[in-house]
This record gives sequence, structure tokens and C-alpha cells, in this order.
Amino acid sequence: MSATFVMLAVLTVVSAVAVMLLRNLVHCALALAVTFAGLAGIYLQLNAQFVGFAQLLVYVGAVAILIVFAILLTRGREPPLQSVFSGSAIVGFGIAIVVFAVLATMTLSSRALGMEKPGEANASVAQIGEQLMTRYILPLEVAGLLLTVALIGAVIIAMRDKEPE
Amino acid sequence: MTPLHSYLLLSALLFAVGLGGALTRRNAIIVLVGIELMLNAANLNFIAFWRYGQNPQALTGIVFVIFSIGVAAAEAAVGLALIISIYRHYKTANVDQIDSMKG
Repeated sequence: MSATFVMLAVLTVVSAVAVMLLRNLVHCALALAVTFAGLAGIYLQLNAQFVGFAQLLVYVGAVAILIVFAILLTRGREPPLQSVFSGSAIVGFGIAIVVFAVLATMTLSSRALGMEKPGEANASVAQIGEQLMTRYILPLEVAGLLLTVALIGAVIIAMRDKEPE
Repeated sequence: MTPLHSYLLLSALLFAVGLGGALTRRNAIIVLVGIELMLNAANLNFIAFWRYGQNPQALTGIVFVIFSIGVAAAEAAVGLALIISIYRHYKTANVDQIDSMKG
């Protein structure tokens, strides 16, 4: 395993665990930004430059900021007095551990074990753009429509109701 | 060089961490964050299989991840708007106190 992968993987996993364990929600949001940045580094390490920078722009730049705003708007910045975990947390942790055990067993018993890179793979922005404009033009249009609908829907849902007269 | 299964194990670990958070945390925002982490784990699998696949010129994994990032951003926006709306109504964002439809 290369040193870059180990460092990025440790950073990503440690900050992801921190997101799920920290009491203060603002600290959770900051740890989440670190997780997303670590994943962007792993994408870059896998030669997927465009996806890595899209991850940085969309997740670190937009989603993390959106989550900070939601935390501030719901007064989540004071740490809660009671436990941050729900009453049936043991069951949830058990399910998560079982899911990880199943996924890890299947991965380690599959043909992916020890598979090396087959050679150079490169995805330039020009190639991605050409694919998006030819083969994937319909999904691109649908994604644009979905983003418009989500934008309008989010504004309408979060809009304050009119005071009854 | 890093073999493929280390990426798959990292992705499985991230998925499990996200799932554990989504199932156990009280605050609805952190539940949403757990779901985002699970989506990101799936994206990591797509990129790893694209890089190690036999036909990387097709760019299928890359394009799928680009659409997945777009859909996840839309989901986060609508989900957080719903949480803010729920907070305004119930004055709490804890999922175990929002139980008025409980039978």
C-alpha cells in the first residue's frame, strides 16, 4: 500500500468517526469537511482529477456550509444536555458492525483481493465533457431538471408560513 | 502500489460508520450527514472500480459519480430544508421527539 493512500484513508476514517461521536454539532460539521476533503484526495490519488475537484467544490464548499447553516438555524450549536445517541443505540451499532463484517468478508473472498492497477487510466475534462454531451446527454438534462426542482422545492419547504390574519 | 481491496475495505468502513451514525444519533442533521457518508462510500467504490476495471476509456464510473454528486447535493438541500421546517413546527430537531404519528 502506498503511503499517500494510508495517510488519506486514516484521515478520512478518523474524521468520519469523529463526525459520528462528537457532542458539539459545529465540531461535527468541521470534521465532516475534513472527511470530504480526504475523499477528494483519494479520488485524486486514483487519477480521477475532475471528480476530485468536483467533490471539493460541491461537498467541502457547498454541502458542509449548508449543514453549518442548518445547525445554526436549528440552534444546535449548544451541546445537548442528554446523550447524543438514541435509546436503542446498541442495536444500531450492532447492525453497523454486522454490515461491515459482511462487506469485508465478501471483499476479502472476492476476485478483488490483491488486484493491481491494469495500467494507465486517465479521464481528461475534455473526454468527460464529450461523453456528457453525446452518450449521457439525456441523464445530463434530467439532472439539470432535478437540480432546478430541488432548488425550488427547498426554498418552498423552508419558507416561513404566512401569519394567520 | 495499492491493491483494489484496500479501497473496497475503506469504502465498507466509511459505509458502516455512516450507517452507525444514521441509526444511532438523535439529531436529524447528523442522521442526514450519515446518509451523505454512505453515498460517498458508494462513490469511492465507483471510482475504484473505474480505475481498476478492464475498460477505463468508457468513463462509466466517472460519469456515474458526477451524476451521483449532483443528486446527493439536491438531496442534502431538500433534506436540510425539511429539517428546518420540522424544527420550526416542533421546536426540536431530535428524531426521537418527533413522534406524533406514532401508533
